[in-house]
Amino acid sequence: MASSLHRFANPNRFMRLSGAVLPWAAVITAILFPIGLYLALFASPPDYQQGETVRIMYVHVPAAWMALFVYTTMAVASAVALIWRHPVADIAARAASPLGAGFTFIALATGALWGQPMWGTWWVWDARLTSVLILFFLYLGHMALFDAFDDPTKGARAAAILALVGAVNVPIIHYSVEWWNTLHQPASILRDGGPSIAASMLWPLFIMAFAFKAYFVTFLLVRMRSDITAAKLRALRRTQVEGAGMSAATPAAAEADRA
Amino acid sequence: MSDFLAMGGYATFVWWSYGLTAAVLIGLAVFALRRARARREELDQLQARLGPGRRESRQ
Repeated sequence: MASSLHRFANPNRFMRLSGAVLPWAAVITAILFPIGLYLALFASPPDYQQGETVRIMYVHVPAAWMALFVYTTMAVASAVALIWRHPVADIAARAASPLGAGFTFIALATGALWGQPMWGTWWVWDARLTSVLILFFLYLGHMALFDAFDDPTKGARAAAILALVGAVNVPIIHYSVEWWNTLHQPASILRDGGPSIAASMLWPLFIMAFAFKAYFVTFLLVRMRSDITAAKLRALRRTQVEGAGMSAATPAAAEADRA
Repeated sequence: MSDFLAMGGYATFVWWSYGLTAAVLIGLAVFALRRARARREELDQLQARLGPGRRESRQ
């Protein structure tokens, strides 16, 4: 397991692979968003109870799914980073959290904008809404911890531990609508017995969900590649300070040399 | 068209939802792309200055 993982640990191999995947992810994002928006705003029917506000669902639900998906991705990457000291895993976790925070913010904000006309309130402190707000703060804490130490490996370690501890919140969010009485409705898609919403609304929802996922893949890769470039820059500067022409003395500089 | 924009009387809520979503996703994308380009240009310049002793690391 460890040895097969380490084949992907090499940042150069990652740069090659991600360079091949990135254009496809970008193209899929660019194709799916216009189709999804057309279906969500024009081609899908208004709801018989909620009227046109149901269109908020097509951004709210994909954003909420991504908020959980990105956190799970981040927790897995953090576990890999802690257990196997996999350098690309730390980079992945770091690149993911601002995107996850963005998705969580969208879910919270569109939820408030949907709650006001349908529930008569922007916000309630119920289990679902509160646990998602905690998720948002976990993302912000993860982003802050990475930069809170002078030694970047210490920051990465602390952030990885936070990501793993915070992972208990993911099933709590998912099951909150079943375990507690909440104003939020229970799951309509990921439930026993299959989706309970009409196909005319299911398709726009799925296409928007795939658009959000393709967007995440695209910008996760952009951010990871950019962080690897930054690491090379730091390593090169360090060798420059130590004196040009000297052989690489630090592991980081040796890494840049191989690059 | 004005019917479409009115969203059955819920225009404020629907358009704010889509507007905020677009603002967040486009904002994160522009930030990431700008920073990636700045870092790549800086790395290229530094490698050019360090001269031919170093292998090209851009892929």
